[in-house]
Amino acid sequence: MEKMKVLAEWTYTPAPIERGYTRKTLYVNVGEPRMEIKDVSQDMIDTFTGGRGFDLKLLWDAVKDTTKWNDPENEIVLSGGPLCGITQYPGAGKCYAAFISPLSGQTYDSNSGGYWGPLSKFSGFDAVEIQGKAERDIILFINGDEGKIQILESNLKDLNAYAVTETLHEYFAVDEADKRNISVISTGKAAETSYYGCMNMSFYDTRRKVARLKQAGRGGGGTIMRDKKIAAMVVKFSKMGGNLNNVVDLDTLQKVGVKLHKEIHDLDDVQCKMRKVGTAHLNEIMDEYHLLPTNNYKFGQNPAEIAKIHSAVYERLFTQGMPDGCWYGCSMSCAKAVDGFTVQTGPCKGEKVTVDGPEYETVAALGSNIGVYDPLWTIEANFYADHYGMDTISLGTAIAFVCECYELGLINRNDTNGLDLKFGNKDDIMELIHRMAAGKDEFASMVAKGIRYMKKAFAEKFKADARTMEAIGMEGQGVETSEYVPKESIAQWGGYYLTLKGPQHDEAWLIFMDMVNKQLPTFEDKAEALHYFPNFRTWFSLVGLCKLPWNDVEPANNRIVNEPREAAKVPEHVQNYVDIFNAVTGKGIRKEDIITMSEKVYNFQRVFQVRMKQGEAFHNIPLRALGPVFPDEWEARREYYDGKLREIGIDPSGLSTEEKIKKLQEYRLGMWEGLKMAVYKRRGWNKKGIPTLETLKRLGIDYPDVVAVVEKYSKPEDNFE
Amino acid sequence: MITVNGEPLDWKPGMTVQDVLDAKRYTFRMIGVWINDRPVPKNEFTTTEVPDGAVVQAVHMVSGG
Ligand code: SF4
Repeated sequence: MEKMKVLAEWTYTPAPIERGYTRKTLYVNVGEPRMEIKDVSQDMIDTFTGGRGFDLKLLWDAVKDTTKWNDPENEIVLSGGPLCGITQYPGAGKCYAAFISPLSGQTYDSNSGGYWGPLSKFSGFDAVEIQGKAERDIILFINGDEGKIQILESNLKDLNAYAVTETLHEYFAVDEADKRNISVISTGKAAETSYYGCMNMSFYDTRRKVARLKQAGRGGGGTIMRDKKIAAMVVKFSKMGGNLNNVVDLDTLQKVGVKLHKEIHDLDDVQCKMRKVGTAHLNEIMDEYHLLPTNNYKFGQNPAEIAKIHSAVYERLFTQGMPDGCWYGCSMSCAKAVDGFTVQTGPCKGEKVTVDGPEYETVAALGSNIGVYDPLWTIEANFYADHYGMDTISLGTAIAFVCECYELGLINRNDTNGLDLKFGNKDDIMELIHRMAAGKDEFASMVAKGIRYMKKAFAEKFKADARTMEAIGMEGQGVETSEYVPKESIAQWGGYYLTLKGPQHDEAWLIFMDMVNKQLPTFEDKAEALHYFPNFRTWFSLVGLCKLPWNDVEPANNRIVNEPREAAKVPEHVQNYVDIFNAVTGKGIRKEDIITMSEKVYNFQRVFQVRMKQGEAFHNIPLRALGPVFPDEWEARREYYDGKLREIGIDPSGLSTEEKIKKLQEYRLGMWEGLKMAVYKRRGWNKKGIPTLETLKRLGIDYPDVVAVVEKYSKPEDNFE
Repeated sequence: MITVNGEPLDWKPGMTVQDVLDAKRYTFRMIGVWINDRPVPKNEFTTTEVPDGAVVQAVHMVSGG
C-alpha cells in the first residue's frame, strides 16, 4: 500500500505504568484536529476504578444533555482497566468501549478481546477518548514505541473489516514478527447505514499467520466510527513483557494464575469444553431447556433440527489444538476459528478465509432464530457480519423479526424488493445481508437500523399492524435481545429488560437459578439476584477482565464445600479476583468491596441514562418475552402452559387458546410490574427507576452535576415508602 | 415420592442420582446435586441412591453469556 498522508501528528512521552495505571488518558478530536493528554485523579480511580468506569466518566464530561449519537461531541471511549494486560491470570485482555448509542440514544458499553486494550495502556493511556468528525476517511494511529499520535488520510480501497485489518497489520509492521505488536479497530461498509455497526478489535495470530477479529459488537460503536469517518484505529507497542503493569505482588499474581490454569487444564474437558468449542457448547443445552431462540423466539427448541447444529458439529469445524486465547496467557482459549473456509457468496466468493467463531450467540442469531440449521451458512453469515461491520446478535434478531413480519403478511415481497424472507430461506437472507452492506436498497437499510426503527417504518410505509409488531419485536430500550428465550424465567425478564443498556446477557443470566433450580422463589429473592449479579459482573468491565473464566469453569469441590446458592457465585474464583486485584493495585479490597465498586459505576450509568433520555429512561418489555403471543406457541407446549394457568388458579378447560394466552399475558404483565418495583427498590432507585439522593450519597457519587440530574427528574410521589 | 427442585417426582426403589437427572432431562454438565442438603460428588451420581421422601436439589451452575 502507498504511504498514507499525515494530516496531523503529535509526540508525547508514554507515561510509566504503576500498579496497573498510567494515570493518563488520551483525547483526540479527529475533526479539529486536536490532541490532549489528561491526568487521571485519585478521585477518578477511587470512584470509577477504570475500564467502563473511566469511559463513562469521560463521556459524561464530553457530551451535553441533548447530544445525539451522530453529534460531533459524541465520543467513542476505550479503556481496559487496571488488570488489563496482565498475562498471569486467564482472561485479562479485555477492552471496554462506551458511547451514546444510535439504537438507544443513551450510553452503551460493549467489550472485546483482541490486543487493543493492553497495547493502548502499554502505550501510556488508561483510556482513549475520540471526539469530533473528520472531513474524509482517516486512520488514527497511536505509536506507543515512538510516542507519536498520527491522524492519517486513509487510502484504503476496501473499508470492510478483514481487508482493513490485514492491510494495516501489514502496513504498520516492519516484518512478520512485528504484526503481533499491532491491534486494529475496524468496522465495515454496513456500519455506514446500520445502527448496529460493530467494532472489530484485532490480534495477530502468529501460528495461523492471519489477523483475528474479536468484536465489541453491540450497541453501534462501529456506526459511530463511520459517522466520524474513522476507517480504523491502530495501536502499536513492541516491548511486550511479563510485568508491564508494574504490579505490587507478582508472586501472588503468579500463584493465583497457576491455580486457575491447572483448573482449566484438568476440568474444562469434563465441564464446558470451552477449549474445544467455546461458548458453542451451549447449543444443544439451550435447546434441551427450551431456551434456544427459534423463529424469532416463538419457540425454545427444535428437536427435529438440533442435531445439525450440535456442538459436536462445530467441534469438527473449529480447528483444534490451537492456543486460541484472545490475549496472552488465556488458557481458556475459547476464541475458536474455522480455517480454510471457502466463501460461497458475495464479494469474497471463492476466497479461502479464517472465520472467527461462531460463538453460541451467533449460532442462535444467524441460525435457529431465523430458521437456519446449516453451520456452513451460519459461518458465512458470521464472516460477512464481521467483515461488513455488523453486530451478529442485532443482525440475527432483526432478521428474525423481519421473517416473522413477512410470514404474518405484515410486509410482502414487494416491500422487501423481491426477497422471499421466510424463516429458513437462506439464499434470500444472505442476499439481504449483502444489500445491507451495499447501502443502496431502502428495505435492507431499514433492517440495518434495528427493530425499533423498523416497527415505526413498517407501520408508516407498509401499513403493518403496530400492535402485532410491538408484541413480537424483541427489543428493549431500542436494543435487540440477545439469544436466550426469557419467557419462562421471571428473573431473566429483569436480567434482560431491567438492565442499564438493553437486553444483553452480560448483566445477569439467571434462567437456570430461577426457572430450573427454583432458587429465587420470591420477588425479593429475584431482586437480590438482580442486584448482586449485575453488579458483580460490572466489576469485570471496570478492571479489564473477561467474564468467562469466572463461571464457565469451576473448582472441582465448588459444589461440595459451598451450599447451593453460594456455589453459583463460585466463591473461590471471587477470592481469586480479590487477590489478583490487590496483587496488581496494592489496594487491599475485600470480597464485599467488589459490589460497592461496581455500584458506584452502575448507578452513575443509570443517572447518565436518565440524563440522556430527559428523565424518560423507561424499561420496556415485549409481550413475546413474557410468554406466548400466538396459538401455535401455546400449542407447541400446551401441557406446560395449561399447567402454568392452573398454578395461578385458572382452569384452562373450556378456554380457547387465544383466551388462555390473554389470561397468562395479563398475569405476567402484573408480575413484570411487581418485579420492576422490587428491583428498583433493592437497587436504591425510586419508582421511576431513578437512583435516589441517598443512594448517590451512600456510594459517594453525589457530585453536583449528578445530583442535579436526579433532582431535576425525581418527584416526591415516586419515592418508595 | 421425592421432590426435585421443589417439584414432586415418583420414587422407585434403587433410584440413583443419575436416574433422577435423566427423569428430569437435566443434561447440563455443570450440575451440583444435594440430597437433603448433603452434596453428592459428581463421580458418585450413578452409584448414589436417592431415598424415598428425599429433598433433592439439582443446581445448574450459572453459565451462558
Ligand atoms: S476466556 Fe475466551 S473470550 Fe475470554 S479472554 Fe479467554 S479466550 Fe478470550
